[in-house]
Amino acid sequence: MKNFDMRTAATALMVAGLLLLPLYSQLSGNVFALTLFTRIVILALAAASLNLIMGYGGMMSFGHAAYLGIGGYAVGILAQEGLGSGFIQFPVALAASALYALVIGALSLRTRGVYFIMITLAFAQMAYYVASSLARYGGDDGLTIYKRSDFGGLINLSNRTQFYYLCLAGLLGVVFLIWRIVNSRFGVVVQGLRSNEQRMQAIGFPANRYKLVCFVISGTLCGLAGALLANNTDFISPAVMYWTRSGDLMVMVILGGMGTLFGPVVGAVVYLVLEELLSQVTEYWALIMGPLLLLIVLFGRGGIMGLLGRFSRG
Amino acid sequence: MVDPLLRVKDLVRRFGGITATDRVSLDVAQGELHAIIGPNGAGKTTLISQLTGHLTPHSGSIFLAGKDITHLAAWRRSALGLARSFQITSLLTDFTAADNVALAAQAHDGHSFSFWRNARKESGLRRAAQAALERVGLDHRADVLVSRLSHGEQRELELAVALATRPQLLLLDEPMAGLGITESARMVKLLQELRKEVTIVLVEHDMDAVFALADRISVLVYGRVIASDVPVAIRQNEEVKRAYLGDQHVVTAHG
Repeated sequence: MKNFDMRTAATALMVAGLLLLPLYSQLSGNVFALTLFTRIVILALAAASLNLIMGYGGMMSFGHAAYLGIGGYAVGILAQEGLGSGFIQFPVALAASALYALVIGALSLRTRGVYFIMITLAFAQMAYYVASSLARYGGDDGLTIYKRSDFGGLINLSNRTQFYYLCLAGLLGVVFLIWRIVNSRFGVVVQGLRSNEQRMQAIGFPANRYKLVCFVISGTLCGLAGALLANNTDFISPAVMYWTRSGDLMVMVILGGMGTLFGPVVGAVVYLVLEELLSQVTEYWALIMGPLLLLIVLFGRGGIMGLLGRFSRG
Repeated sequence: MVDPLLRVKDLVRRFGGITATDRVSLDVAQGELHAIIGPNGAGKTTLISQLTGHLTPHSGSIFLAGKDITHLAAWRRSALGLARSFQITSLLTDFTAADNVALAAQAHDGHSFSFWRNARKESGLRRAAQAALERVGLDHRADVLVSRLSHGEQRELELAVALATRPQLLLLDEPMAGLGITESARMVKLLQELRKEVTIVLVEHDMDAVFALADRISVLVYGRVIASDVPVAIRQNEEVKRAYLGDQHVVTAHG
């Protein structure tokens, strides 16, 4: 079959699986599957947002977990202060993430390469320590969210199935948005900058402006993941911003395939499911996971999507 | 007298102890093809990079059509009509030839903060790209990835990209570098055509090409302009001959 593309098939299969998951959970009585996959879908959204700057924009941000925290704390703090409406919490979560991205981006984008990686990491760690010092909001111990975001009669976030579908809609919506963006004028410019910044400036593009806007879009989308994550765990703590969390997101993107639309989603699903399965077998699961990831990255340049692509071409 | 399109005044650029550009002054009139020649290491590319804004001079000034552009960012100079090709081919290698040119057209068609419409389906940009590719004879290779183009084709694409920005002034940094005899001849023919439409500053080692094309030639040696004149006068210039002693045959052999 000439036109058969393993990547498309795998993607379609995965999306169908995600759509039908609550049904499986219902029929089999496996509630845990739904809980696990709600978390996976939210982190896939975060990975997809990171992919926009990392895969398409060539900006290796090592501080993306900061937005998970900012989005989460926006929900947690507002809930604590008695503002339970999701119509307030979610916009605030997005706006706060956008603002943080604007400031951090404006400063970080003066640097390139390793320095950019280190400075984004440094800012995220700073956010981590700031959150740890918020005594009023739990400090190190974090903050319990007693009531999930209230969207009136529209949707009930405390209902597992409804919440799962909200997260999945968020994920698919974000992937669709990224698909539009990367093919738009803006997206082509950003990818051009990844390819050859000097050339892009020579033909008349102010590089940093476009990179900064891309950085802000990516951060804002990840803020959405943060707000969902806080609702999912009914809890927010500085730990979600820790640098290892940023590393996890990077691994998901690289594992799935940088600069591919569904790569980060595949990466998140594979990474988190593997983590779950292996940790059931042995507490030293990281010993198996590490080499496994290494193999995929070494032999499948372009991650899982890259591997599938090569199989299809024969 | 009308302002020259490009005026360079007392430009100085040092790298550590070396003065790569040593009080260079240069006028390029509208419509002229001005060649810059000089032995290896004379500072030709350093000069071009300062003209395009990729390198900042330590002193001196650059005027484009009377406007001081000495401290403008590269992309702003492009907006004012300055385009360059690179000595070492510098393209978006993971894009197709058409995409490379379309981006150049897009850069000069308002801002690119448009997030929804598919840029590759914008007929205006595609037409502009197609036209520029036709100019350099690459239209049949439009959908090929740059990394799969031959070296000669990449050199032609460099030119198409520069043309797509609709420049007033084209700075060509050794467009013939690495080209075979037939490819070079094609490039010369192409430049013959282009010079009718756009002012060109040409840095080139190929003396045949330079003397066939140039209205004026400036000779750069150790960062200094030792002569700037019409080709006939340059050929006769004693100082130029001395500077080119090792390469003297190159200057004199081709009548």
